[in-house]
Formats: sequence, structure tokens, C-alpha cells
Amino acid sequence: MDLSVQIGALTLKNPLIAASGCFGYGVEYADAFDISTLGGVATKGLFLSEREGHPPPRIVETPAGMLNAIGLQGIGVHRFVDEKLPELRARNATVIVNVCGTSLDEYVEVSRVVSDAEGIAAIELNISCPNIKEGGIQFGCSLTGTFEVVSAVRKVTTLPLIPKLTPNVTDVASFARAAEDAGADAVSLVNTFLAMVIDVETRRPKLSNIVGGLSGPAIRPIAVRMVYECRQMVKIPVIGMGGIADARDALEFVIAGATAVQVGTANFVDPFIWPKLLAGITEYMQRHHVGRIGDLVGTVDTRAREQEWISS
Amino acid sequence: MQYTAAMPIDVAAEVIENRPLSTDYNVLALNAPAIAAAAAPGQFVMIKAGRSHDPLLRRPFSVFEVLRDHAGAATGLSILNKRIGVSTNLVYAAQRGQRIDCLGPLGRPFTIVDRPTDAWMVAGGVGLAPFAALAEALCARGVPATLFYGARSRAELFHLDYFRDLGVELVLTTEDGSLGERGRIVVPLDRRLGAHPPSSALMVYACGPEGMLAATARTATLHGRPCQVSVERVMGCGLGGCYSCVVPMRNEHGGFHHVRSCLAGPVLPGDQILWD
Repeated sequence: MDLSVQIGALTLKNPLIAASGCFGYGVEYADAFDISTLGGVATKGLFLSEREGHPPPRIVETPAGMLNAIGLQGIGVHRFVDEKLPELRARNATVIVNVCGTSLDEYVEVSRVVSDAEGIAAIELNISCPNIKEGGIQFGCSLTGTFEVVSAVRKVTTLPLIPKLTPNVTDVASFARAAEDAGADAVSLVNTFLAMVIDVETRRPKLSNIVGGLSGPAIRPIAVRMVYECRQMVKIPVIGMGGIADARDALEFVIAGATAVQVGTANFVDPFIWPKLLAGITEYMQRHHVGRIGDLVGTVDTRAREQEWISS
Repeated sequence: MQYTAAMPIDVAAEVIENRPLSTDYNVLALNAPAIAAAAAPGQFVMIKAGRSHDPLLRRPFSVFEVLRDHAGAATGLSILNKRIGVSTNLVYAAQRGQRIDCLGPLGRPFTIVDRPTDAWMVAGGVGLAPFAALAEALCARGVPATLFYGARSRAELFHLDYFRDLGVELVLTTEDGSLGERGRIVVPLDRRLGAHPPSSALMVYACGPEGMLAATARTATLHGRPCQVSVERVMGCGLGGCYSCVVPMRNEHGGFHHVRSCLAGPVLPGDQILWD
């Protein structure tokens, strides 16, 4: 059975990627389990320099989900390369660096540093963080901005380039197309949905940033729809994420059109979820006589049949 | 995918006993011997109170008691719970025999002093949680221990006999004056700190509401005493993945740095926290 998937020139040993911002720098989990068994590890977002992020409270739970407004606290790309990358390489992790910027120049510069370092598998371009004012989302919410930043980074790296898209737009598929036109090797989606929670007793927001990004099972059907739409629009691989909590959820994204999937919030609930996901996917492939996971991608049969699920 | 034998451990732990202490507090005993055997005082576990996606996330709880058999081997652990929301209500209502996901032990434990240093534990309300295990460890080393323990009323001062039986001296306060001194626990703490001979070494340990922790850290520092505080933060994962549980700590440049209380803490040096 072949679980490997192809993202541009990069082969992942399986389609499971730890989502950025949900797995630290990967080293935090390296003592708990063998992180080389993951298809990939997407690091916490990295700027050129260190950032302290937002004051707490930074997360709040909601029905079947959570909001976060961490504010991209991070050690910066240079410290990452010096302090974290050697351990990730020693552990044979497939490292996908999530690149952030407050300007076009910063995206380019961080990408250059990442490209010059040894042992990085791909760049995920974070143009979709909803929680910081400067940079990121200003590119991710504009078609020309998306095209420009992806084009600029494309010029300085030969690494597989994966812009991460925001769902906080009217038509996410057109952004996938803009990224593809600019030379992206794949797109990943969705980042979180901008949201808000208020304590009615105190009338205060529950996050210091007032608003934050919603993730978790609550967003899964919307994310599946967006992955499905992007798959129709672009030829490059789509990496799907949004509320995956078990193998069936992951398979739903694959069938909708995701070549690989990322898991974030569910890793908070169960850090040992990865082998369970792989086992569930493998069991499904055996039962459905699917030899290669790639053969399942985008195979949704769009003829709905009520009697197939009415009593489920 | 093979996991290494290293920490932490996640078990679907059977509820051995649910002991209500009041209408708000209970002690939940869990069959998690491997976690209990590895846990050091001050460490915590992440508990998933329900089986569904709502509530979704786990909640951090200090390891309250390490339960042992007659031979002294760890058989399980307990947590001290106070009902304040959805998850803590589920923990309050848990039934014997039910299974609850328990991940741990996590975090940096208390640094335990040796004789001739005295140990003063300062607890506010549910902040008593890490001190049963700490008191046991201190008394095993023969360290003279005192528990300063404040609560709203007499009915919310728990496990006093447990500490008395260990030989821990008790200093109690209640907000309504129903037991011990009326008022806040930092008042007798401050008084006793002032009366303690400077030549006699002392370690202050604190756990409780943020205001009490800040006041305890402040008075300990004023009296020149080290203070280890166990902080509580909104915590997403307990493993350093989410960066939600941060605490601002002073840095060498006169500024601050956000440290993750799940990895660097929950026990942190009180004088280095940037209190509000």
C-alpha cells in the first residue's frame, strides 16, 4: 500500500502534516514520539526577528472549536536555523518552514534564509494569519497581493513553495489560482476563520486581541467545501486542513481534492493522534481496495444519495 | 509509527472514586499508575472531561495525591477540582468506572528543599492542589513545613487532617472569619515572614488566584525570601505546541519574554514574573 504523496518535487512519506502554529517547532514533540513518521512538520510561523506575540488570554474554547490570537510569537528565522533545525534534521523530520512577513521584502528575506539552510523540505508562505495587523493578511486578502508575494518569493527559492490561504475571502479558489499563476507548487488551506467571543457577564472579549481565528471540528464542512472548490480551479496540489479529528475527517478532505492534509487543533487534544490517523486511513484503503492514497484524491462522486446516510 | 517510551503518557484512566468535598469541590481519583509513579510534586496532567467535541480541549490539573498500595507502589492519582465551567462540571459529575483521558505528567515541578531550610506553602482556594504531594515529599525529607491556607469559608478548607497527620503546621484564614483569621492569607504570611530569623533559610511555595500569587511573590521578595509559584493559565495542549499559556517573565534587558507555562512552568520563580 502506497501512502506517499507528491507536492511539487517533494515526496512525503504519507499525507499527514502537523499544522503550523499547532506543533511548536516540532522539537517539543520529538521526545514524545518519532516525528520522522509524519509526512511533514510545518513549523510555527517565522519572521526575520523574534516576536513576543499578543498578551494572554490567547485562546478560548467554543462549541467544537477554539479561537486563537497568539500573535505569531516566535524566535525568528535565524534562531530557528541555529537552534531548532539541527535537532529536526537529527530526528529526520520532513521540515516545512512557515514563512511570515510584515512586508514583501521580509517574506523574500526570510525565504532566502530558509533556502540557504540545509535540510528544509518546503516553504509554506503564511499570507493568511488573521491575528496581526501588519503584513500577512494584506497579501492574502488581495489577488494582486497574493500574486506579487508569491512571485517575489518564487524568484529566490527553488524549494517547493506552498502559499497558505485564508478562508476570510469571498472566493478562495480565485486566490489558489493567483498563487498557481505566480508559480506556487501547491496551496494549503484553510487558515482560521476570523471570529469573536464575548463574556456577556463582563461584556469583555475573551481574547486580548478582541478577535481571533476559529479552528477545530466546527469549521470542517466549510474547509472541505473550500478544498473542493480549489481542486476544481487549479492543477497544483491542494493541502487541506480545518477541523480534522480522525481518519474519516482526513479522508473526507482527500476525497474532496486534498493531496495531503494538515492536523492542528486535534493534536492539542490528542498528541498521539498520528498513528491512529494512519491506521484509520490504511484500514479504509484496504477495505476500498485503494492501492495508492493518490488514487483517492479528488474522487468525490457528486451524486448525493439520501438513502445512503439517512439513518446514520 | 512507534512512540518512544519517553514522557508523557496518555491513558484512558478509569475513575476509581469521585469524592465530593462540597457543592463546588470534589476529588477525582484516577487509575493511572504509570503517570502517578512518574509524577513529581507541582507537575500536572491534562484531563479530557468528556468524550465528544464539546468541550473540545483538555484542562490542566495539578496532581493532587499520588495514591499508593500497601507496599507503597503508585496505583493512581487524584485531582482537586472546583466547578467553574463546562469541563469542571463534567469532572465534578464523573461516575466511578467511567474512563477519562489523562495525559501526563507534564511541566516543571517544584524544587524541593532540604533541611535545614524551612518550607512554607501558601494556598488559596483550589490552589491547595499541588501541596498534598509537596507536603508529603517535604515531610519525607524531614523538612519543617507550614501550610498557609486561605479560602472563602470554613466549609472550603479541605484536607486539614491530611496535613496535620503529616506534621505540617497550619495557618488558616477565611474571608468570612468562620475558621482561622479573617481576611487574606498574605496577611499572616507577611507577619510571619517579618518575624522569621534572617539567619534561618526559608523557601516559599505558592499556588492560588493571581492576585494572591502576586502578593505572595511581592512580600516574599521584600523579605528577601525565594518564592516558587505555580501559575494557572488558559492552556491548549500542555506540551508547548500552542503557545497559549504564556507568562511574561523579566529578561536581562529590562523588558519581558513570554514563556510557556506548560514547559517552563507551571512552577516559576515568583520574583521574575511581570505581575500586572
